[in-house]
Amino acid sequence: MILRELAHSRTGDKGNLVTISLIAYRGEDFPLLVREVTPERVARHFSEIIDGPVTRYVLPHLSALNLVLRRPATLAVTRSLALDAHGKCLGSALLALEIEVTPRVKGSAD
Amino acid sequence: MKQVRLGSGAGYSGDRIDPAVELARAGNLGYLVFECLAERTIAIAQQNKRTGASEGYDPLLLERMQAVLPDCVRNGVKIISNMGAANPVAAAKKTQETARALGLTGLRIAAITGDDVLSHMTGDYTFMETGDPVSSVADRIVSANAYLGAGPIVEALAGGADVVLTGRAADPSLFLAPLIHEFGWDTSDWNLLGHGTVIGHLLECAGQLTGGYFADPGYKDVPGLARLGFPLAEVSTDGSAILTKVEGSGGCLSRATCAEQLLYEIQDPASYMTPDVVADFSNVRVEDLGHDRVRVTGGAGKQRPETLKVSVGFQDGWIGEGQISYAGLGAVARAQLAEQILAERMRPYSLGELRFDLIGMNSIHGRALSHQACEPWEVRLRVIARGNSRERVAIVPREVEALYTNGPAGGGGVSTSIRETIAILSTLIPRELPQPVIHMEVS
Repeated sequence: MILRELAHSRTGDKGNLVTISLIAYRGEDFPLLVREVTPERVARHFSEIIDGPVTRYVLPHLSALNLVLRRPATLAVTRSLALDAHGKCLGSALLALEIEVTPRVKGSAD
Repeated sequence: MKQVRLGSGAGYSGDRIDPAVELARAGNLGYLVFECLAERTIAIAQQNKRTGASEGYDPLLLERMQAVLPDCVRNGVKIISNMGAANPVAAAKKTQETARALGLTGLRIAAITGDDVLSHMTGDYTFMETGDPVSSVADRIVSANAYLGAGPIVEALAGGADVVLTGRAADPSLFLAPLIHEFGWDTSDWNLLGHGTVIGHLLECAGQLTGGYFADPGYKDVPGLARLGFPLAEVSTDGSAILTKVEGSGGCLSRATCAEQLLYEIQDPASYMTPDVVADFSNVRVEDLGHDRVRVTGGAGKQRPETLKVSVGFQDGWIGEGQISYAGLGAVARAQLAEQILAERMRPYSLGELRFDLIGMNSIHGRALSHQACEPWEVRLRVIARGNSRERVAIVPREVEALYTNGPAGGGGVSTSIRETIAILSTLIPRELPQPVIHMEVS
């Protein structure tokens, strides 16, 4: 299943950091996001365009994860030559991530 | 319990004006706040002021004031904004002039200065992002502005201001200030200031709380997005807050829109630093009350930082860009051929930073993340380079245009540009360094 079916996302930026939130539509799916969307997974997904590890903050009251990605200095907002200098479109790439939904978790989610 | 209603009239410099008028007219507000100063905006404003291209305040100041002042005066709504940008005093004078022209006299308009710390940048400061000394850009520096907190705004309100215009101030502080002023909050009650900062952070991007930057058809549908209404908060003395919008306006306000905005552009949710407090968002709860009303509780905070962040703007060379489209059968192959030709033609110019994108294929997410299940019917080649002079990057637009008669078949729709760029890096200064001053004009 792709993340888009379970969660929504917004992307922001600060200097050479990109911040991507991932928020479960339904609270019962949140443990699955915590298990599947690890910082390592996210770092692999975005490996072409980030530099260094991903930091993940877990917000159970909001059923949300906050992911902080570091971009190379050449892609910092005010220096980047990229069309989307802010990286505002990256959240939609996160939602394309395929995750494993085990029968047990799927059962409880349904 | 006493309540204050705060409206959010703009989330960036160029934001739409109609929703602010709607709030001024029908929001039953005490305050209307306009956040109009992105990181780079003030550096560009400083440069324009210096070259005489503008006065240095927000380009939409006049238009906004003309649009909202009559309703704000009629309804007793005070205005707080960072539209002063690089010249708050000139912004206050322009607002005074505008008010008089509208027949609105006796309005007290405060300008807050002191955020400009450029003269201090000769000191031993380093950039937070790179670790390089600030002196490394000394010959190219155009601006250095410290993020001031709520303090000077509270003082201006206590001095009877109806309109407060600042330069650089932390965005949430624009909203926190009227709460401190109205409720007499103790400015060392970190939990209260932290919760007020949560409210300010939710409101500061205006339409992004009410369904803007949210819609994804079939997944997240937003009604009436064309008539998007901006948010307002009903805040009580103890900080508890209901967020909502003007009845009948477009958009939506829900737990989902609030969650996206609460986490927007923050790093560690437990440690969101402003000049007023280190706010803690990690235990915030958002409760959907229906009808575009949500209750927000649980914001907290710790003691404010001893330093203030300074945004340093400096000239970062010139950028030359060109784009050309190819369409129909073989469009991608022709665009790729054009890219090869340009790469070869530009090689002798040794442009340090040169980038090629195929818009419609991989320009946004990069090659690895972009799915290419089928070939697009049209594609746009984009070429962009940075150099240290206008002349140096002028080759990019020239060579892209030359593809018409010197490149693959059927290229069309060339657009080109050359622009000077300003980059921003940050440093920290002792919080005592800037000396805020309040100037008052009366219309």
